[in-house]
Amino acid sequence: MTESFEPRIVGFLCNWCSYAGADLAGVSRLKYPANLRIIRVMCSGRVEPSFILKAFRDGADGVLVAGCHPGDCHYMEGNYKTMRRWVMIEGILEDFGVEKGRFRLAWVSASEGDRFAALVREMVEDVRRLGPFRLPEGTPDQATLAVAAGGGGSGA
Amino acid sequence: MTMRRYWYYPGCSGHASARDYQRSVALISPALGLDLVEVEDWNCCGTTAMTSVEPRLSVVLSARNLALAEEAGGRADLVVTCNSCYAILRRAQEQYARRREVRAEVDEALAGIGRRYSGTVRVRHLLEVLVRDVGLDALRERVRRPLSGLRLAPYYGCLLGRPRNDFEDPEEPLSMDRLLEATGATVVRFDRKSKCCGGALITTHEEAALELVREVLSEAAAREARAVVTACPMCQFNLDAYQAKVNAAFGTRLRLPVLYFSQVLGLSLGFGASELGLGQRFVPVGGVGKL
Amino acid sequence: MSEVRIAVYVCHCGTNIADKVDVAGVREFARRLPGVEVARDYQYMCADPGQELLRSDIRERGINRVVVASCSPRMHEATFRQVLESAGLNGYLFEMANIREHCSWVTEESELATHKARALVAAAVKRVRFHAPLEERYVEVNQKALVVGGGIAGIEAALKIARAGKKVWLVERGPSIGGKMAGLDKTFPTLDCSACILTPKMVEAAQHPKITLLSYSEVEGVDGYVGNFQVTVRRKARYVREEDCTGCGTCYQKCPKKVPSEFDGGLSHRKAIYVPFPQAVPNVPVIDRSNCIRFQTGRCGACEKFCPRDAVDFEQEDEFLTLEVGAVIVATGYETFQPQEAPQWGWGRYENVLTARQLERLVNASGPTGGKVLLRRDGEFTDEVPKSVAVLHCIGSRDENYYPYCSRLCCMASLKLAHLIREKTGAQVYSFYIDIRSAGKGYEEFYTRVQAEGIQFIRGKGAEVLERDGQLYVHAEDTLLGAYREVPVDMVVLSTAVTPAPGAERVAQIFGIQRGQDGFFLESHPKLEPLKTATEGIYIVGCCQGPKDIPDSVAQGAGGAAEVLSLLTAGRVQISPVVAEIDAEACSGCKVCVPLCPYSAIKYDEERGACGVNEALCKGCGTCVASCPSGALSCRHFTDEQIYAQIEEVSSL
Repeated sequence: MTESFEPRIVGFLCNWCSYAGADLAGVSRLKYPANLRIIRVMCSGRVEPSFILKAFRDGADGVLVAGCHPGDCHYMEGNYKTMRRWVMIEGILEDFGVEKGRFRLAWVSASEGDRFAALVREMVEDVRRLGPFRLPEGTPDQATLAVAAGGGGSGA
Repeated sequence: MTMRRYWYYPGCSGHASARDYQRSVALISPALGLDLVEVEDWNCCGTTAMTSVEPRLSVVLSARNLALAEEAGGRADLVVTCNSCYAILRRAQEQYARRREVRAEVDEALAGIGRRYSGTVRVRHLLEVLVRDVGLDALRERVRRPLSGLRLAPYYGCLLGRPRNDFEDPEEPLSMDRLLEATGATVVRFDRKSKCCGGALITTHEEAALELVREVLSEAAAREARAVVTACPMCQFNLDAYQAKVNAAFGTRLRLPVLYFSQVLGLSLGFGASELGLGQRFVPVGGVGKL
Repeated sequence: MSEVRIAVYVCHCGTNIADKVDVAGVREFARRLPGVEVARDYQYMCADPGQELLRSDIRERGINRVVVASCSPRMHEATFRQVLESAGLNGYLFEMANIREHCSWVTEESELATHKARALVAAAVKRVRFHAPLEERYVEVNQKALVVGGGIAGIEAALKIARAGKKVWLVERGPSIGGKMAGLDKTFPTLDCSACILTPKMVEAAQHPKITLLSYSEVEGVDGYVGNFQVTVRRKARYVREEDCTGCGTCYQKCPKKVPSEFDGGLSHRKAIYVPFPQAVPNVPVIDRSNCIRFQTGRCGACEKFCPRDAVDFEQEDEFLTLEVGAVIVATGYETFQPQEAPQWGWGRYENVLTARQLERLVNASGPTGGKVLLRRDGEFTDEVPKSVAVLHCIGSRDENYYPYCSRLCCMASLKLAHLIREKTGAQVYSFYIDIRSAGKGYEEFYTRVQAEGIQFIRGKGAEVLERDGQLYVHAEDTLLGAYREVPVDMVVLSTAVTPAPGAERVAQIFGIQRGQDGFFLESHPKLEPLKTATEGIYIVGCCQGPKDIPDSVAQGAGGAAEVLSLLTAGRVQISPVVAEIDAEACSGCKVCVPLCPYSAIKYDEERGACGVNEALCKGCGTCVASCPSGALSCRHFTDEQIYAQIEEVSSL
């Protein structure tokens, strides 16, 4: 790990709360590292394990999933499902050799711009300390592995 | 009875002007299952004077004490009996945790004397330890001599609840109230229970500080308290030693003994007035000690 | 998929993006991406000329996919979708890259911002290849409305909707409508009598043929979606039959049990059976069970015995109704800071320290002292008039220990109270303030008038109130004098902060309304959409959205009505086509998805042996999609393919 390592972090943010919170951070001109790239989903419940695995495989060093605070989900319960799935996702990722500090589930509301910025700063530092993510040895390459059309559901 | 172990930081007055406080603490601790072990080679916390004159050195001084407690091992908390020490040590902890430049300075200074602070030891006031760790029920059980009818005004001083912490409320603290109630005493209402006693201003701006002392004591007297009970040597000193000056300056006729909560607790546990050091004050305790 | 011809537009947004991001560079980068036919950068894509650029490229260059790299899609996605539609291209063949809120505005160094912008643009370009045209769907809008909260804002909203000829339910959780305004004496700056201007509106609301008033009722749940809400309302048992009661008042005269009056801030008593104030609408009492002797012990029952109309019914039960409405206005109001949390100001310690709300009741002719400002001794009002009164501004407001915001209306309320106290008692009145906020019409003039009346203004927040030798003192730093002062007074009035109403959190969850940092309900846009919320068809008006005075509450009430009427008169509303769909062939019928849907939009079809999505109910959250083990479920416009495309780019660039 060198001083100049800049981690790549992919964030899946829900449209109603966390994406809006990130927008608020922008409107407020808060500054945070450029390492985070955000992908919008309508609800954190949309995020399936294959998204996270693919991100790591395609070059991400860290993944953030952010949704509404429990009780405040725009779709009532989506974030509860995310919470449940997360337990399983954590297990899978660890089995694949992804260190704990590289992936994170957070709740950010539409009015928490400063909290979002702080969260990003913290996560970038955590991932920077862990260094670049390397796929475990012997992982088949992209061509060998066919990502099944639309598959990868969690069943939970 | 299992003994709970704590590191103990008496502070500068502990072995000097507040000797009676320490004696009472030493007496009651074993009776309540507390094993307070004084940290070896502790230094002055620097308190208010140092933080105004040399704030960075103040943090280092505090950090040395914290490092000593950590190094002494046993993962025990560091217990203090002075509100000032409490505030200063905790402030050093917070600055160390929150500010990178403070951390760097402290680490460097401590390294220079071969010590390391890692921010793990907890600083707690004895009052908190008694109320939370020993518990009011346990205290009540051990009372041999209920202080029924004794009207007491619990005086917390300004620093126990400020800055805001998870121990005491700044405006309506109640831990000492509960502790004194557990001894059977009558705790009077006391609106000025957490107003400033003047602190170090008593030396630099005496007139202003005397006003504050008068405010506190006048209310206690108006509420017909028989004694004021404190948790800090500075508070005790200001309220006790300067009563005569207050009377002279304002024409009041205050004559309120100012005790430490550990002494009151000691009386209820059955210890004697003289072994608890009740004689060691300016305004005599009078009948209080004869209960 | 036929040939994809993508146009990419990199917006400067004036200097908002161009200052940090090398827009020309990003444009060139975009030009070289696969499928990109046209790449441009422009000052303001959302403005007319920018939109025209888009249209002409679509028409003349055969563009069939568009990417605009600019602000947040939450800002202008709808705008650009319409531009595409107007040029004959389906609006869903469009994607935005957020290089402003998520990039130029939050990144320090230009190079890093530009690099990030490239990644985001590449992701959008790859994603948009997989977009498919989607048709908007329309649903009918139910022509009835619901207003929750019977304060002045809710009353105004209900009246405006009713006058337009639409049916509206007005649900109020207290026994009477009128809200906080019903307890005021005079209103600033005109010193209009509050009850005089409010009660006609209350009566009109109760009597209007199009308004159904459900008082002493609460909303328990909301189902459905814009234009088609099903709202469950609990009508709490009053233990009095509303239709039989004439409001004669015999019952509460006869009732032996006295309870401190909430309406009078504990300064007087009401009975266990009571109306909250004399001009209550409806003028029908309720029985407070927990304080009623009959309910608690089985004895008494005086009210039942003496009621000339036999309207008391101890067996009455809560009733549940389901209302079907097209839109909802939430006008649930506010509460004030509870000063017992801050004993340093003496409330609860000293009996002549009152809140502004309590003072309002004292100066009110129908209040506990018949409108006189009197001192209390040992819990009772004497006939002693205070010779000096302090009014403390900003108690709990503008304070990082309590509420950081300014409560907006209390400076004017404090000036009004100071004026009334002086007028009634001739006392020396001191106003301890930080700043005087008097921004409305006639407000500054009122302030000037009050100053001329001899009220003493001390610029320093009242820090503490303490009693010494039976005398109250307000401690403050007088910043204009540069001195510390302890001002002796007979009475202290605390102008406490305006806070969210109790139960606001639950109301927010029921209606799917977000809350801001301060706990008030969150509007869609702080400047341009103060009344809309994240849930379409649900609007917020009045103080539940943030502290404000009566004129602003009324204006918002009317504004909310306008929103509702515009929805209702349009008759139908567009529903997003972003919904889940199931490939029946691939579905194995495992039914894992069925219980996951909060809207019960998925049903298993025995005959087909597969599940199906009810598009009218589906909201497109995608929770089911993520769960499907066989990949039969997909979410339109958020397909795996589309998201994978984004992941590929942002993970590697």
